[in-house]
Amino acid sequence: MSGQDARHGQRRRRAGRLWVQRLGFLLLGLAAVVVVAPILVVVVGIVARGIGTVDWEFLSAMPRAGMKEGGILPAIVGTLLLTLGTALVAVPVGVGGAVYLAEYARDTAFTRAIRLAIVNLAGIPSIVYGLFGLGMFVLFLRFGTSILAGSLTLAIMTLPVVISTSEEALRAVPTEFRTVAASLGGTRWQGVRTVVLPQALPGIITGVLLGLLRAAGETAPILFTVAAFYLPQLPRSPLDQTMALPYHLYVISTQVPGMPAGVQNGTAFVLLALVLLLNFAAAWIRRHFRRRRPW
Amino acid sequence: MSEARVSTTQVGTTQVGQTQVSKASVRELTYSYAGAQEPALARVSLELPEKAITVLFGPAGGGKTTLLRLINRLNDLVEGTSRSGQVLLDGQDIYAAGVDVAALRRQVGMVFALPLPLPGSIRYNVVYGPRLAGVRDRARLEELTERSLRRAALWEEVKDRLEASAFSLSGGQQQRLCIARSLSLEPEVLLLDEPTSGLDPISTAKVEGSLLALKESCTIVIVPHSVQQAARIADRAAFLLGGELLEVGDGQQVFTSPLQKRTEDYITGRFG
Repeated sequence: MSGQDARHGQRRRRAGRLWVQRLGFLLLGLAAVVVVAPILVVVVGIVARGIGTVDWEFLSAMPRAGMKEGGILPAIVGTLLLTLGTALVAVPVGVGGAVYLAEYARDTAFTRAIRLAIVNLAGIPSIVYGLFGLGMFVLFLRFGTSILAGSLTLAIMTLPVVISTSEEALRAVPTEFRTVAASLGGTRWQGVRTVVLPQALPGIITGVLLGLLRAAGETAPILFTVAAFYLPQLPRSPLDQTMALPYHLYVISTQVPGMPAGVQNGTAFVLLALVLLLNFAAAWIRRHFRRRRPW
Repeated sequence: MSEARVSTTQVGTTQVGQTQVSKASVRELTYSYAGAQEPALARVSLELPEKAITVLFGPAGGGKTTLLRLINRLNDLVEGTSRSGQVLLDGQDIYAAGVDVAALRRQVGMVFALPLPLPGSIRYNVVYGPRLAGVRDRARLEELTERSLRRAALWEEVKDRLEASAFSLSGGQQQRLCIARSLSLEPEVLLLDEPTSGLDPISTAKVEGSLLALKESCTIVIVPHSVQQAARIADRAAFLLGGELLEVGDGQQVFTSPLQKRTEDYITGRFG
């Protein structure tokens, strides 16, 4: 083979590799589109059809005429209260558990069992949490169908997410910082409190908000534990029932004949907006903390 | 404080000219990490004279860092290790039951190879240790900040920007900040693990200068980042090879006329 032929062959092989690379990029791009496209369709569809219904009255009034008219205030307030209740339980317990697992626990059969339980909890269908909540909180502990029972149920469902993301955030803090704190006469807890937790905080907050987002949008766990079909008043105590956005959406979409599509789309829009707002809050908090605490 | 004994039973070790008072003593220390075939330290015995610089030198993997970290029990954080032998500080076994490890570490400070400032201001870093120890008095903290930064030869460079982030300092300044951070606890012993390994010659000279000043008030144990550095600052020198202490003696003597062939080979650059 002459030198020219060899060069020619090299060029052709390079062209072939380039072609394979282009095909690879194309397939990866398609995969991304397949993931994003349905979300965009749903979001755009709901916003386009729902935003016309959403005005001040829709957000601030009680439902009227069998929920076909008026607003969805009790459902909004109910969802906000349930999310708050969930946070009050899931954040201290979840972050506390994560600190224990990441900073204190040794690798024993006991901690392996805990980790296994957390992974399994994350995989349980939400309706099972709903039934557990009914049996445990509503009936056995006699909380009745109430915000308390609903929040506790949602909190248990949220815990695995909070624990595993928080633990990951804590483990991402380099060991050297713990060593530095120890070398300066800090106890293990002092090191965790002053050095590790502040640096893991953005990750923890993100995990907490992601967990709460899921809780805010769930229907099944609140079905038997708190949600009211139609209750045009605001709750006055944690032992009251309340309407909630996901359940309300389910009700007006499937249980009430002749429901105007505007109300359905409007409710879906409000739920979506609430969830997206929390999501943006998570992203903002993460960026904010990263700026303030450079490595 | 115990008088250093000249002829403790030391295998394969030669000691020369011990007249100083010993601040800390390592006695027959053997130490292994989990899963390791060979111990990281094997029957190491060493006296650390007070208000002097002892250098621990030798090729990588010789156990220098391990020995350093055992002197203030930092290796307590490592799981699955085994240890026999003693480390005495002022004659007291630091591994005895009931020793307050946090208090021990305030007494025996540590500076690491990489500067590791904590996220926060320069001032925050310097007084981190005293504040954990419960010092709340503002005037006292101010005083500690200035004195520690002066002793670490950093005060003049940062006195006008104590509130600035510790990360705004150069690498050499960060390392001196870490030294100041250890000094703010007013330790009696200061352990340094290759504190100048990431620094340029000028920063290195500043750090070495502050160490020479510090030995007036402090017992210093350092793993140097080169033989040259070891020779420059050593009052006493200990040569560690494969977890064994091969030779220990007066700094001048070890670096000019070592008793062991392998020490000489290492110093003259024939291996390592």
